[in-house]
Order: sequence, then C-alpha cells, then structure tokens
Amino acid sequence: MSLAVHCKNVTKIYDTGGQKVTALNRIDLDINIGELMMLVGPSGCGKTTLISVIAGILDQDEGTCELFGENLRNLSGKDKLNFRARNIGFVFQAFNLLPSLNAAENVSIPLIINGMKRIEAERKAVTILEQVGLGERWKFLPSQLSGGQQQRVAIARALVHNPRLIVCDEPTSALDHETGQNVMSMLKDVAMHKDRTLVIVTHDSRIFNFADRVAEMDDGQIINVKGEG
Amino acid sequence: MNHVALKMLMGDKGKYMGIIMGLTFASLIMTQQPAIFVGLMSRSYSFISDVGLPDIWVMDSKVQFVDDIKPLQDTELYRVRGISGVEWATPMYKGLLKARLTDGTFQTCIVVGLDDATLIGGPPVMLEGKIADLRRSDSVIVDIDGARDKLGKPSSIPGGKPIPLKIGDTLELNDRRAIVVGIAKVTRTFQSQPVVYTTYSRAKSYAPRERKLLSFVLVKAKKGENLTDLSHRIHEATGLAAYTQAEFKELTYEYFMHNTGIPINFGISVLLGFIVGAAIAGQTFYNFTLENLRQFGVLKAMGTSNLTLLRMILLQAVLVGSIGYGLGVGLTALFGYAMRHTILAFKFPWQLLLFSGAGVSLICIFAAMISILKVIRLEPAIVFKG
Repeated sequence: MSLAVHCKNVTKIYDTGGQKVTALNRIDLDINIGELMMLVGPSGCGKTTLISVIAGILDQDEGTCELFGENLRNLSGKDKLNFRARNIGFVFQAFNLLPSLNAAENVSIPLIINGMKRIEAERKAVTILEQVGLGERWKFLPSQLSGGQQQRVAIARALVHNPRLIVCDEPTSALDHETGQNVMSMLKDVAMHKDRTLVIVTHDSRIFNFADRVAEMDDGQIINVKGEG
Repeated sequence: MNHVALKMLMGDKGKYMGIIMGLTFASLIMTQQPAIFVGLMSRSYSFISDVGLPDIWVMDSKVQFVDDIKPLQDTELYRVRGISGVEWATPMYKGLLKARLTDGTFQTCIVVGLDDATLIGGPPVMLEGKIADLRRSDSVIVDIDGARDKLGKPSSIPGGKPIPLKIGDTLELNDRRAIVVGIAKVTRTFQSQPVVYTTYSRAKSYAPRERKLLSFVLVKAKKGENLTDLSHRIHEATGLAAYTQAEFKELTYEYFMHNTGIPINFGISVLLGFIVGAAIAGQTFYNFTLENLRQFGVLKAMGTSNLTLLRMILLQAVLVGSIGYGLGVGLTALFGYAMRHTILAFKFPWQLLLFSGAGVSLICIFAAMISILKVIRLEPAIVFKG
C-alpha cells in the first residue's frame, strides 16, 4: 500500500517568550492512502501541530514530512500553496465558514482558488451540497444553518475539489453526540474512497470506531497506535 | 476572489456601514474645514476680484495688502496715463468711513469711489438700480448684505431684525447726506463690512480732509501688451508699485497668511481634522481586517496566495474609500450649498477636491498596507486554534 503521509523524526519547538516548548518530539508516522487515521490525546499533546505540519501550513524544525511522496519543505512558497490547494481539504473545529458567503459560495472557494470560474464553481458546489444533504439550502448563510449543517457545509468545502488528503480538526467537538455521529457517518460515506486519506484530530472517544487506526499522542510523541497489523 | 472580497466587505451590513460612515466622516472633516479656510482666505482679496476689469493696480510702493491704503496725490493718475502701453487709467478711492444710521448709531463701512466719468470698478452685480445712477447727486450704491444687516434701519420691535435699506433711503457719511440709488451684490470682504459705492469726487468729499486721497490707479493695458513689462515700466516711471490683478491678490493673500493668526489657528484646526479623519478612517479599516483575520487565515490555509489576499484587501480599501470619500465630499458640498446665503465663508476649489481625495486614498492605502502586513505575516495554522 502506498503512503499518503510519511513523517520521520518530526520535531517542532515553539518559542513562547523565551521559553521553548517542544510540541512535537521526534514523531514517526506513516498514513496509508485510503486510510482514516485518528490522532487522539489530551489537550496540548501536539495533535493540532502535527496535522498543521502534515497539511503543510506549518513547517517542522527538524525531520521530514512527505505528502504523497512530496517533501513540502523542498517546495517554493508558490508551489506549496498550489500543492495544498489541489491536494488538501480542511475541516475545522469551528467550521470556519465565511459568514457573509452562502453555503454554495463557501463550498466553491477551493475551486475558485484552483482557477475555476465562479459560476461553474458554484454550480459544482451545489452538486456536492446535495451529496451532503444540503442541496435545498445552498443559498443559506452559515448563521441560518444549525451546527451540524454548518459542519456538513465545511465537509462539502473540503471535498469539492476532490483532494487526496482531508485533515479534520475536532470535527465533532462543537456538535452533540447524535449530530456528531451523523456527521462522522456522512464524512466516512462521502469522503472515503481508496484514493483518499483522512486524518482526524479528536478528543471524542465516541467516534474512534470510525477510524481504521488511532494514534495516541502525549507530550509531543506518539505513544501508541491502535488497529495496526 | 474579488467576489469573495466584496462579500466579506458587505456581508455584515452593520460593519460595512460603520466603515463607510467612518470614512464619510473623515472625508467630511478633511474637506469642510479646509473649504471654510479657503473661503475665508479668498475673501481677503475678494475686492480685487470684484473690480475685475483693470489689468494692473497701481499704488504706493509701501502698500502691503488691499486694505492697507497709503494715499497718493491725484497727479499720479496723470503720470500713469502718460506711460506707453496704458490704454486707460482711472482713479479709485477706497477707505473706511463711519456711516451714521437713522437711529443715531455709527457703522464703519468700506467706501469705494469710482472714476466719475467711466464708473470703472463698480459692483459686479446690480440687484436694484443701475451703476449709472451714481451720477445723480449724493447717490450711493450699497451692497445687499450691508443693506439687510449692518446698515439696515432699526426694527420697530425691540430685538427684531433690522429693516433693509432700499432705494431712496438716506445715510450720513461724515456728516454728509448719501442717498441710496442702488443695491448691489458683492463678494463678502474679510471683515464683512458693508460696502458703499459712490463716485471718486463724492468719496473725496465724504472722506476726512487730507492732502492725498487717491488710493489706487486702475490701469487697462493696450491689446497685446505684456502686463509684467508694463508693470515694470509704470514702477520705473513713477516709483509706485504696480501689480497685475493676480499679483495683487497674491500679495494680499500672503500678507494675511504671514501677518495674521488665521493660518496658524485655522491651520491647526484643518490639520487636526485631517489627523482625526485619518485616524478614524485608518482605524476603522484596520479593525475590519483584524476582525476578518481568521477568514483570511482560512483562505490562506486553503491555498490562497498572499498576492491574491493583497488584491482582495486593496479592492476592499478602494471601494470603501471611494464610497466614503464620495459621500463625505457630497456632504461638504451640501453644507456649502446650505450656507451659501449666510456669512460663513466657503469655497471648494478643485484643488481641494484633489488634495482631500489624495488624503483619503493615502489613508486607505496606508490602513490597507498595515492590514496586508498582518495578513502576510499570518500563520495559516491559526485556523486550527479553537
């Protein structure tokens, strides 16, 4: 099986006012293509830092992190942006939808970033919204949607440009249990296929069952990977 | 991404209106105060503008501005007339005299004596009567603002508005009778004193007896004559100062700028207006970007380049700047229009429009630049912070 993510000896240290905090301490992690990997652990253990490094929006201080065989640190700024725009979809804890854009406009953003014309992008966005059950609500602003619906819009936005990797940061933490389960089921049904990889950071043990593997983190290290072998 | 930028800007109507209002207010105070200043300063030479017709003003070489009268001998008129290149030259008296009103009070007014034969230098617009009526005995023409207010007859009701002077009414100028034969519209003077026009010879009879009473010699150059050369010739031949209309205006303007407290007092107010306006506009726009920083972070994480974000912010800045500036300037123009019949000085030349436009553009670009720096330095990883 080919690797989507290959992290070797990844270290990230934050300098917080003269005090050095090691957020990632010599992390080794491989994630296969087509796999749903969850990163779990207590607050401050480095989960978010790790997905930021994996997604190429934060540079590690040491080690290498390859995404589909590409070492993002070797890419120029522009190439890195293009790589991210084409290959990565994001789902955030706080949804991070643009409040003044309706659902279709929010979903169309990754397509516009990739150079598609707005009208065409919004048409495609409506199709994806239909897949996540919000086809009727494409004109709604985020404030007119429930938390679960906003997260589904965010998932549609992460999927619309057909990325090879989707990174999700606490996708269910702002949702009640039932909505969280529904969102995860939908995410797995709609997003997962043999060419796509999902990396989910979560605290929510009730959704661990959706993962192929669960990597437990503590103090900037991966201490255990469940589901291996 | 322009569509996204505009939606971000206009999506929250409250914030959008707030930015527009901030920039409108900034533009208003950046144009209204300077317009009053320009209006006030232009009044310093309004008399020269109103006289209009002559090309060159000849006066004592020590005269510093239009109201600084240092009388000449009448013979100077004939010397000027004899200089080559002079088409015609006429005398003018200008002085401050006290008018005794019907209730016995006195009012200082500017008395202008025009050449008896030609009446050159008379009021630019006659509202009632004709300039030629000045040829009737004891006749004077009074400006409308003075006639309505300072020279008006006392109201029959205590504290009531004065009754405007009208044709046929009389005044007393230095114990001599003056009969109003016309009402004219003149540009307000700096001191806003009433202006009374009469003939040169009659003005001399109103004025206190002095050896010299000729204030100015008004000169028209022959066709094709170079005015600067003619001014030099007049100066060389007579030893008097000779200025073109533009030069005399400049001299007067400069005197007021350098010798009165107006520029410094008003300048501070104008400068404060500009600084406050700039601070409001800059702060408003900067706050808007700061509030949207997370959204820019999301766009950056998803692969939007700094250049695109820069274009988005500039588009937002240009749009709010243009709308705010347009509304602000519109309000200033409305203010000027509403005040057109009052004593308030107001002049809004195109240079001021350009200056304030450049000012607002600078503010918007500056605020946008600071915002852009913030966005460029933004770590896209901010989006993963809860």
